[in-house]
Amino acid sequence: MSGGGPAIGSRAPGALESVANSSVAADRPRRSWGAPWAWIIFLIGVLYFTVPLIATFIISMRAKPLFAGYTNSFADSRFLSSLTYSFVIGLITVVLSIALVVPTAYWVRLRAPRLRPFVEFVTLLPFVIPPVVLVFGLIRAYSRPPLPFTNTDIGSSALLVFAYIVLSLPYMYRSVDSGLRAIDIRTLTEAAQSMGAGWFTILVRIILPNLRVALLSGAFLSLAIVIGEFTMAVYLARPAFGPYLALLGANRTYEPAAVSLISFGVTWLAMIAIALIGRGSRTRIQVGGAH
Amino acid sequence: MSDSATVIIERDAPPARPARRLSFSWAGLVPFFLFSAMFLGLPLAFLAIGSIADNKTGAPTLANYGALTTPSVATAFRNSIEVSLVTAIVGGIFGFLLAVAVILGRLPRILRSALMTFSGVASNFAGIPLALAFTYALSFQGIVTLLLKGFGINLYASGFTIFSKLGIEIVYLYFQFPLMVLIIAPAIDGLKPEWREAAENMGATGFQYWRRIALPILTPTLLGSMILLFGNSFGAQATAYQLTAGQVSLVPLAIGNQISGDVLHNVGLGYAMAMGMVAVMGISIVGYTLLQRRSERWLR
Repeated sequence: MSGGGPAIGSRAPGALESVANSSVAADRPRRSWGAPWAWIIFLIGVLYFTVPLIATFIISMRAKPLFAGYTNSFADSRFLSSLTYSFVIGLITVVLSIALVVPTAYWVRLRAPRLRPFVEFVTLLPFVIPPVVLVFGLIRAYSRPPLPFTNTDIGSSALLVFAYIVLSLPYMYRSVDSGLRAIDIRTLTEAAQSMGAGWFTILVRIILPNLRVALLSGAFLSLAIVIGEFTMAVYLARPAFGPYLALLGANRTYEPAAVSLISFGVTWLAMIAIALIGRGSRTRIQVGGAH
Repeated sequence: MSDSATVIIERDAPPARPARRLSFSWAGLVPFFLFSAMFLGLPLAFLAIGSIADNKTGAPTLANYGALTTPSVATAFRNSIEVSLVTAIVGGIFGFLLAVAVILGRLPRILRSALMTFSGVASNFAGIPLALAFTYALSFQGIVTLLLKGFGINLYASGFTIFSKLGIEIVYLYFQFPLMVLIIAPAIDGLKPEWREAAENMGATGFQYWRRIALPILTPTLLGSMILLFGNSFGAQATAYQLTAGQVSLVPLAIGNQISGDVLHNVGLGYAMAMGMVAVMGISIVGYTLLQRRSERWLR
């Protein structure tokens, strides 16, 4: 806390908290414990957020013998195969998405700034086109010649990957673009060029390593979204984790509770990873909002 | 073309290079535009063209859009809009209060970072597992239902069911609050302590400060965020699919049914529904963008 009077106009980091404290806390004795109204709202939030999870946990533990809900799930071959499938699809999505977004965002910043509004508009389109509409259009467009993707398994999986790249586009692009803002790509590029590096070398050996934080957080977020995704996978009839869980939920009692908790845990891990990666970085990371 | 050339000359590019530079500035974006055209543009074009084509002859018609007033379709739109409105407003208000509580309520700092991380998780925790979790808590034999019954409160006696519109709203709030917290937190951080001090120096109470200064500054952001929540809920499909098994008619569910088979017995109507959904989402994103721009006047 600052000792004297309120530091008007102070812009020091942390000024917001300390000044806010000193100005409000004067008439409240227990300032270190926070305002009662804040606690009430916070606890209501905690209650609402935890009750469904606790209920799921209780149900998952009701299986006899104990943990049978979990062991049965792991023993089910489709659990592992669907999780693996979704994970592999997620990894391919992340790799291709990076390969598409990084050169684009780099090029827009360096050489085509006039196209920026248009590129940004395109990367925001997935927010306007809900997954169910996108998959509807994709199926109608690619179930006939000349590109009958949906006629083969591998084609449908490829289409799913492309759909997921579209889904991850807003997050990836914003993440990469704010990452690029934090580094001086023009100087880096010119330095590399003066040493004889080509575009590929510049992108892979100069730009990519400098975007580590942005790429990793974008990747984890995309993975978290893709692994649990249901809508697109089910209408493309893919053996993914989302449709498997839906089927399990319709047919079994304890196992889906266990699997739901596991899937919640996977999302947690992804978000904690993002928080850890982002710590101390200037890149602003956007998470949230894709259903 | 001539425009670009002029710009390059203005930048004093070496005379030998303009042509090459011009072609390069497009070439680098070809993969991106090709990809977007194939997997965003083409699917959308298929739906758009299908929505204005006659089912039998393929001749241009607006009949499919007229058919959106069919009772079953209109109900789906009405339900979707209602659910989205309710969850956007309730979720928006409570998310805002929650963010204010952890940021300005002088709670221990760790609670703030915990809430932020949790919001990241919860706003992405949707779909099947979320629907299942609420089924375990609030269905007829759910843990909470039974617990309340133990206290003498019988939820289901009053006609409540989690598989209803109200149920969907309760469940959707689970990802709406956290999204609101994530969007609104930076704006609350942007409220300068000087403003509060200035208000207090002039004798304003806490209530007057919020009523006259903080809320007017935050209003565009609040409205914009709620519009974003509206779109977020409007496009959600998996959660409702698992929760209601189709008992409540919503637009995304109706489109899903149309993908599986032509349940409307009208292919064009399905396309028109999809386009209608895109239109609603588009309007909400435009509204969000405009309000966001306006809020930047005060907040950084």
